Amino acid sequence: MEITQIVGFGLVAAVLVIILRQYKPEIALLVSIAAGVALFLAVLGKIGAVIEVLQDLSRRANVNMVYLGAILKIVGIAYIADFGAQICRDAGEGALAAKIELAAKILILVLAIPIVMAVLDILMKILD
Amino acid sequence: MGTNIDLIFKIAGVGILTAVLHALLKHAGKEEYAHLATLAGVAIILMWVIDLLGNLFDQVKTVFRLF
Repeated sequence: MEITQIVGFGLVAAVLVIILRQYKPEIALLVSIAAGVALFLAVLGKIGAVIEVLQDLSRRANVNMVYLGAILKIVGIAYIADFGAQICRDAGEGALAAKIELAAKILILVLAIPIVMAVLDILMKILD
Repeated sequence: MGTNIDLIFKIAGVGILTAVLHALLKHAGKEEYAHLATLAGVAIILMWVIDLLGNLFDQVKTVFRLF
């Protein structure tokens, strides 16, 4: 039962952060970062399995691998940016979090351009 | 999962030790050493956390093919 481990882990980490926040807020932030990373590492294996299934399906439906690769990249960038932005917000740095999210949006936009181009090409072919 | 819980307790332990050391040195009158001790504690914890973060980003790179 993975979920009970994860919830127990999160609660223990939360209590430790509260204890440390009175004396050393910076160390409390570091503990919360470490706990966040540990929780996600626990689930990363499952995400890898889901992605394998997705790739298998897309290979069977002979969808072009470039698009699936781009989508995976976008999801990865979105996740890491969200991870960093939330931690900055916990530390009280709302402006920093907004900057991280802005950068992530631009990176995702750059990644999405080939897909948009492909859609436009297909549309042009249909209309001609 | 198991190893990570140990790391969290290790980090919290060093954090609490640093806080106690800071208070101890402050009462002993050595204010500047107290701040140095805090810096040392934060530096050690930062090293562990950065190592953990590096590990996370490497794994995310391999899972999401983010090369």
